[in-house]
Amino acid sequence: MNQIIINNHSYELNGEENLLKIIRKAGIELPTFCYHSELSVYGACRMCLVEVEGQGIVAACSTAPRPGMKIKTHTGRLQHIRRMALELLLANHNRECTTCERSGSCKLQDLAERFGIRDIRFGHRDQMLPVDESSTSLVRDPNKCILCGDCVRMCREVQGIGVLDFANRGSNVVVTPAFNKPLAEVDCVNCGQCAAICPTGALVVKSERPDVWKALQDDTKTVIVQIAPAVRVAIGEEFGGKPGDIELGKLAAALRRLGFSKIFDTSFAADLTVMEETREFLDRLQNNDNLPQFTSCCPAWVKYAEQYQAELLDNLSSCKSPQQMFGSVAKEFYAKEMNIKPEDLIVVSLMPCSAKKFEARREEFAHAGVRDVDYVLTTQEIARMIKEAGIIFSELEIESLDMPFGFTTGAGVIFGATGGVAEAALRAAYELVTNKTLEDVNFKIVRGMEGIKEASVDLNGTTVKIAVVHGLGNVKALLKKIRNGEVQYDLVEVMACPGGCVGGAGQPFPNDTEARKERAKGIYRADRMLQLHKSQESPVINNFYKEHLEKLTHQELHQLLHTDYGNRRRIASGEITLTGNGVEELSVSVCVGTCCYLGGSYDLLQNLMQKVEADPSLAEKVKIQATFCFENCKGSPSLKIGDEIFSKMGVEDTEKILEMIRSRVGS
Amino acid sequence: MAVAISASQRKFERVNEIIQKHNGKKSALIAILQEIQEEYRYLPEEILTYVATAMDLSPATVFGVATFYAQFSLEPKGKYIIKVCDGTACHVRGSGPLYKSIRKKVGLQDGKFTTEDMNFTVETVSCLGACGLAPVVTINEKVYGQMTPEGIEIIIEKLMGKEDNQ
Repeated sequence: MNQIIINNHSYELNGEENLLKIIRKAGIELPTFCYHSELSVYGACRMCLVEVEGQGIVAACSTAPRPGMKIKTHTGRLQHIRRMALELLLANHNRECTTCERSGSCKLQDLAERFGIRDIRFGHRDQMLPVDESSTSLVRDPNKCILCGDCVRMCREVQGIGVLDFANRGSNVVVTPAFNKPLAEVDCVNCGQCAAICPTGALVVKSERPDVWKALQDDTKTVIVQIAPAVRVAIGEEFGGKPGDIELGKLAAALRRLGFSKIFDTSFAADLTVMEETREFLDRLQNNDNLPQFTSCCPAWVKYAEQYQAELLDNLSSCKSPQQMFGSVAKEFYAKEMNIKPEDLIVVSLMPCSAKKFEARREEFAHAGVRDVDYVLTTQEIARMIKEAGIIFSELEIESLDMPFGFTTGAGVIFGATGGVAEAALRAAYELVTNKTLEDVNFKIVRGMEGIKEASVDLNGTTVKIAVVHGLGNVKALLKKIRNGEVQYDLVEVMACPGGCVGGAGQPFPNDTEARKERAKGIYRADRMLQLHKSQESPVINNFYKEHLEKLTHQELHQLLHTDYGNRRRIASGEITLTGNGVEELSVSVCVGTCCYLGGSYDLLQNLMQKVEADPSLAEKVKIQATFCFENCKGSPSLKIGDEIFSKMGVEDTEKILEMIRSRVGS
Repeated sequence: MAVAISASQRKFERVNEIIQKHNGKKSALIAILQEIQEEYRYLPEEILTYVATAMDLSPATVFGVATFYAQFSLEPKGKYIIKVCDGTACHVRGSGPLYKSIRKKVGLQDGKFTTEDMNFTVETVSCLGACGLAPVVTINEKVYGQMTPEGIEIIIEKLMGKEDNQ
């Protein structure tokens, strides 16, 4: 007997790890805020309470099923408790629903509606906390937080970072970055998975809709748009469609009606990326140089690497991401061709992603104050603009994208799902190396939702080992193995979000694993529907190389399509002053950030302190500080004397350092 | 001056000793923070970031633990820490007016708990376990029972005089 009784009906147990799963299988949608199958069980929201005969009231999410259990899911007591919990959550929540970014997709609003809550007996939140708008990508409004902890666990468990955590106690509890710092000053990589899982409007992707409307309404500007691969398989969800429906044609029609002058495809730039990145890879492979090569299309991963993987930065592909390649190409060539000044050509990109907003604002992607990509809209944002304009999406006739940058191969489209970048590169690498036609273009082994995927491909006798990883927590684990020498690869594709770009934070709600899987299927369907599947076969790409790129010098080409990376500090933090008394002439700082700390900077610091203090001629004049990160992690351990930074300074260099200090204070 | 130099250095060395003593074990975070607070009298932000780095924890998590427990302070505390018991017994015996008069005497602005000269910190605690002596006040380790607003003012004046003479 492996049965369980739910509301007097009998159900077969099939290894479900908690009651919630079997109850939902039985067709009862128990409400939850804090339960997600991909996260650890927290049991805080108390919405999934059930009555178990002989056991009383328990949370279904954190109770294991036992054969013979008799469960009731909506007794009078349960209804009373659930309503009370909901009412209390609502009382503490800033209920300005009409002006909330999440209005219509908010779980709290949805449950209040399902429960028919018409009156909150406990009044309103009396104290409003400041809203954090510091980030380029996310807005955090603590007044809308219901303390379910979904974002905390998402960032820590799935993304392996832990930007957010609970602070304070009792009625003062908030979810916040360390030391209540703004998001822009901590190690947030802008992936936005916190916002994707937030049930309310406490964490949302920052909107750029007003800027884009303004540009569209300005007659002096020409506004063009690029559509990322993952947007086409998700936009339909905002208009009653299913995840994975390919709605590129209707989207193009809608965008023209909004006033965009040309509709282009980021997949074109992805084809370009494939060509550049594959050549770079084959070059490295031949010279056995900086392997494995990591992909660099994902801006959240790039920021993660800059913060945490100083020693791997040379291994990142120097290629700009497709978004930024498109921006460079548009401002450099398209603007000239159309006889428009770069500042009057407004490049808008439609992205599934919140981190792309950060990427577009990186300093290196602007020239003379003009950004290569001016604005980044998410799938949700463009859907809202379409609704705002009153365009009835479902009734639109499909239209095509514009030439030349609206033309793409399937290789450019599969960039939107995990495994896609690696597969596109393989389709190119195989033909470039073997000079043979690749008959079966489908490298199915790198597809799918498994966290870390591996493949070996034979390129003319050379076996190339590939890893595909998504979710930064998986990335962290893989990098550890690579560093320890447990595994060895030649090419590693990284996407920060689980599922890849199809699961970006800008995608429609619900943005769960199911939806991501369906969108990925849509991506591969789009690939199958196209005539060409290999970037190197694209006539537009080949023509573009012949007409433009091949006429550039190596340096010009590099500037146009490639970039470089720098170390980035994780948290804005002050110094720890260790010696000195305010009359010092010289300050000496030793970095105790992670890279330097692991490199032995603490020993150096201690040694230096002792030596300086023991020398009366120095003790008065020198201030020694421990500090966090000079953004010189590659040169760790680092040391700063006055304004000058010195790399690779170990304990054995103490005497050398003291000499430098002495010469500077003149003693 | 030499004293000031070695004090901050000694404290920082202690931080490392404390972490090492607990083998950097994540489960020992509370004990580590307690010992660090003994050194600094509070938990400076930079030191917490350092602890997080050294223990491979996220700074947000360390901050979360440090703000959960009332025993930890992220603000520097005064030389004299005055704790007014506000447990049930002390409360009914007038700890409220007592607390107010202490704050007024040391000159605390609304929302502040430590005086600007860093001499006094005034806080309430839930129960000191000396209900028979209600209302109870402690100043650092010393216990003052059956306290009245007038009585505590005299004690504080004495401490203030001591500081002025230094």
